[in-house]
Amino acid sequence: MVTVLFAILLPIVCAALIPLLYRRLRRVAHLGWFVLSVPFILFLLLARYIPQIAEGKTFMHTYEWIPSFNINFTTYLDGLSMIFGLLITGVGSLVILYSIFYLSTKESLHHFYCYLLLFMGAMLGVVFSDNLMVLYTFWELTSVSSFLLIAFWHHRKASRAGARKAMTITVFGGLSMLAGFLMLYVASGTFSIREIVANVGIIRDHTLFSPALILILIGAFTKSAQFPFHIWLPDAMEAPTPVSAYLHSATMVKAGIYLVARFSPVFGGEAVWFWLVSVIGLLTLFWGSFNAVRQTDLKALLAFSTISQLGLIMSLFGLGSVGHYYGYAPDTVLYTQASFAALFHLINHSTFKGALFMMVGIVDHEAGTRDIRRLGGLMAIMPITFTIAVIGGFSMAGLPPFNGFLSKEMFFAAVLAMRNVEAFSIADLGLLFPIVAWVASIFTFVYCMILISRTFFGKLRLDKLDKKPHEAPLGMLFSPIILCLFVVGIFFFPNVLGHYILEPAMASIYPTFPSTSELTPHIHAWHGINAELLMTLGVIIIGVILFKTLKSWKPLYRIFPQRYTFNMYYNRMIEFSENSSAKLTNRYMTGNLTHYFVYIYVFFVALIAGYFIWSDASAFNFAKDSTIESYELILVFVMMFAAVWIIFAKGRVTAMLLNGVLGYSIAFFFVIFRAPDLALTQLVVESVTTALFLLCFKYLPDLMPEASRKKKQWSKAIISIFVGATVTLIGLAVVHFDRFKPVATYFNDSYELAGGSNIVNTILGDFRAFDTMLEVVVLLIAGLGVYTLTKLKPRKEETDHENQ
Amino acid sequence: MKINDVILRTITKTVVFIILTLGIYLFFAGHHAPGGGFIGGLVLASGIVLLYLAYDIETVHKGMPLDFKKVAALGVLLATGTAIGSLFFDVPFLTQTHSYINVPIFGKMGFSTVTIFEAGVALTVVGVVVTIILSISEDE
Repeated sequence: MVTVLFAILLPIVCAALIPLLYRRLRRVAHLGWFVLSVPFILFLLLARYIPQIAEGKTFMHTYEWIPSFNINFTTYLDGLSMIFGLLITGVGSLVILYSIFYLSTKESLHHFYCYLLLFMGAMLGVVFSDNLMVLYTFWELTSVSSFLLIAFWHHRKASRAGARKAMTITVFGGLSMLAGFLMLYVASGTFSIREIVANVGIIRDHTLFSPALILILIGAFTKSAQFPFHIWLPDAMEAPTPVSAYLHSATMVKAGIYLVARFSPVFGGEAVWFWLVSVIGLLTLFWGSFNAVRQTDLKALLAFSTISQLGLIMSLFGLGSVGHYYGYAPDTVLYTQASFAALFHLINHSTFKGALFMMVGIVDHEAGTRDIRRLGGLMAIMPITFTIAVIGGFSMAGLPPFNGFLSKEMFFAAVLAMRNVEAFSIADLGLLFPIVAWVASIFTFVYCMILISRTFFGKLRLDKLDKKPHEAPLGMLFSPIILCLFVVGIFFFPNVLGHYILEPAMASIYPTFPSTSELTPHIHAWHGINAELLMTLGVIIIGVILFKTLKSWKPLYRIFPQRYTFNMYYNRMIEFSENSSAKLTNRYMTGNLTHYFVYIYVFFVALIAGYFIWSDASAFNFAKDSTIESYELILVFVMMFAAVWIIFAKGRVTAMLLNGVLGYSIAFFFVIFRAPDLALTQLVVESVTTALFLLCFKYLPDLMPEASRKKKQWSKAIISIFVGATVTLIGLAVVHFDRFKPVATYFNDSYELAGGSNIVNTILGDFRAFDTMLEVVVLLIAGLGVYTLTKLKPRKEETDHENQ
Repeated sequence: MKINDVILRTITKTVVFIILTLGIYLFFAGHHAPGGGFIGGLVLASGIVLLYLAYDIETVHKGMPLDFKKVAALGVLLATGTAIGSLFFDVPFLTQTHSYINVPIFGKMGFSTVTIFEAGVALTVVGVVVTIILSISEDE
């Protein structure tokens, strides 16, 4: 199945092409029109496989990448990845279409679309990868591209702060997930998810199984903004609205949910898994909806509502894991319905939340503000936008005839079913599930009403708006209208979706169950007057009462300053780590060269001399040494004289010339000992450095006699003597050193192996070419460093554009 | 203060060619005799530095309009390029190869990919040394 590989690579390749082509394309049309073709083509390509997937087929394609480490680029297309693939490409197409009208050509569009395509490729990579390491790579790539997109308007301080926060939290989760993956690898011996699922019985008893479970869940929770990691999502709303609609409501934040769904066949039967996923999910559901009510910024409201809805889906997957515990039996199939509701709500949420985000973007674009304290009365001016808001909002609130109603009912049915479960001692707390779900749904209803009425009802206050509002252009309305058609369409024909999309996904979540048609219920809009319907009615009645009396109970929020608690802890943690690391670093990075030399030499002596003494390799004798000639003695005395004189030299030039004497004498020694290569190099290096020193001395002040204390000078002298002694020791001891196999055998064959009879150069260019290559790179970096440090100093008159 | 450096300039005119020739000789000699990319590059660089010392920067730049940062970058590109190039022939990273070809007039000659690698080393050395010395001396 090369299609899937193609689907991952096409967006990434196109992202790489944009910087090269955008200048030409920009003259033709808005860059978005070209980018739009990518997700649209991929959507059609993937949609072609729907019938085959619905029949229960799966497609796999393996490209061997690093087979020695079991890392293969394996793409796997099944029902679950199909849902996400369709969401990513489908919502992606609509969002890009919307962004064409949202972003003017004056923005740096090539950056925007480059990042967006990079994200799309990475996200497709996450859902289509079967190999854990490949999945992890793409996972982090989505974090990186999300960081770049949140900070798209990087001249704003809030954008940069939001991007950093999102990056810190999601990458922290990603790293913990990586640790979990490695533990799974240790337990199972494979990186392939499918093989892990197949061998789950064997690895369940491994000691690393539970730690892996928790670490992987941390990764999923941070990515899907679950309590208490949810704090990054509201700040991420600094991104342009198309990004919020795409990454932060429809796709990226659902990666965590994907991970939970994908791993539920592995961890599903565990009590820890059940409690963590469902309780954290319910907590997030409640906390998000509770906090959404108090928001005054429409996007912040939607952010908290997204957090809450993600919690709902997460908790449903947690409840559905009971089905794994019981295994396949006719009377327990009931419990798998939670997972079905989760998948169903996942799709529904993407449709109505996408439409709502686009609606808010339109309001922001046409009225100039998203603050509900300034908005109002837009219904008459923007009737189509209002319709979109009503459809999306009512669907989110769980009202018919919209798809949110169906999945909300199924959610209620799933939590009600928990009263009868005996596993994991759920029954004791069984009543708590429906109560929390119901209360959270009331708040959901309230904030949906706030969203609609504060924006579109009431009095229009033109004086408080930055622009004169008017209806958006058709192109901008097109995408949310399509999503609204889905919202309504899914309500009337839910079973088409159920059969073609959800049924094969259920098969991926419950691979051990023999028949999937039993897992797929027939979705009814009307199923008689039962507990679920009464709960919905209760939500509506109490929700309306709470909404009407909002003014009287809203001060409650001020009693506990909870909104800032988690943010405050996060900020304190960041501040603490910044301060303490700065303190630690400043303690040893004093900016004093002498100090740095002390570190280097002390480390050198401790390591090298320490090793020689520890390994007892410091023995030496002079018995085999050849006789010392008189001219050698003269050279040695010259060098000693020069070296001692340097210490007492008054001027820099004198010291440098004496250093030159030392260097040239060493070159002489190389000549005497028949090392022409070294002699040549030493001579030239000595000459070039002399020129360099002379240049530098022009800028330095005269050498000042050091006013340091005697004690300090003594310590320096001791360090110097130790360094000298160590070097001498090495020189004497290596002659007899036999701990490693000598590499000399290579040298004899250098002509045969490398085609050169100059041993030194065959080492440099062939045997140890890796060293040479990296040295060359280091050299370039050093050169560029000197260049930038001396040439690119900030000028005083240049103002700092950072914090506008 | 103006220094009359007629002697230095006159000597430089002749000596620079000797130094540059030596540098190129050392580069090619490196295969079987003392020399090689690093030392060849260093000698070339010292020749160029001598030019800069004897004449002023503008004059040298007129005769040799090179951006030495780019020379260094080209060198690194060559060195890493030969390293990566070996991957396209399905051999490990940095594998070097050599063979002997009969060239008219010169007779049997050895050719080796190490030469390209070493050329990269030499260019980097020339580029970096001249860049460092120029950027320090130009600094006001």
